[in-house]
Amino acid sequence: MPTLFATTRQDGVITIVDLSGRISLGEGSALLRKTVRDLLDDGHTRIILNLGDVNYIDSSGIGELVSGFTAVRNRGGELKLLSLTKKVNDLLQLTKLFTVFDVYNDETTAVGSFK
Amino acid sequence: MAETKHLEVTLDTHVESVNLAEEMCVRVAEASGFNEDECYRIGMAVREGVINAFHYGNQEKPEKKIHLAIDLTGERMIIHVMDEGKGFRLTDVPDPLAQENLLSTSGRGIFLMKAFMDEFDVLPGRTGGAEIVMAKRLPMLGSPSSNGNGNASSSDAAPHQEA
Repeated sequence: MPTLFATTRQDGVITIVDLSGRISLGEGSALLRKTVRDLLDDGHTRIILNLGDVNYIDSSGIGELVSGFTAVRNRGGELKLLSLTKKVNDLLQLTKLFTVFDVYNDETTAVGSFK
Repeated sequence: MAETKHLEVTLDTHVESVNLAEEMCVRVAEASGFNEDECYRIGMAVREGVINAFHYGNQEKPEKKIHLAIDLTGERMIIHVMDEGKGFRLTDVPDPLAQENLLSTSGRGIFLMKAFMDEFDVLPGRTGGAEIVMAKRLPMLGSPSSNGNGNASSSDAAPHQEA
């Protein structure tokens, strides 16, 4: 059974990826990596990861978020995070990644934040 | 004085072993009275320990094994994760919170284990590699953390207080 599900949708030029499940070593991290890489290959460089239904991330998942962030930025784009659960929020605070990622609580504000 | 209970299992160097070790330790933690938040932290720490053994210690070589042991004393749950690699020293592990490492895609496992457990150390392993030893104090009966109403935002390493 897959540990992570990802569906993508468009709001203008912004791509929103709705994720649910666990982003952890193995399938979860691999699916996130593939999803971001596929979007970049298709020319999508303004990406929001909606983590509202992600209830678990381990160090591998954190690494994959950072990897996605860097890959998008290297293409001149932006990757932002939306709707963190408490556990994910706490992990990003603990690892100081809150200072790296743009994090939003509501989708309208997240979409409007792109230049 | 309470008797020490010991549980030991040998795991294959495989991704599934990470999930198995986490599930096993969370069940022991639940049975020992830890609340949901503490079980999550223990599970995460074990997960990171086994990922470390799988990836860095055993270099993902399937012929090598990961040895997991749990000791339940009257006061603590002690977890040992041993690999068959070359071992490492804690002082050689880069600080993942340093500005130059924030965008690193790896290197946060040791930090998370330290943050989520009360005690943490790395020793030369009996199997030739590294032995991660980490411990969590057992919840006191009647304490806030034993009934699921513990304060999740409190310090991870803070001792449980008697009611």
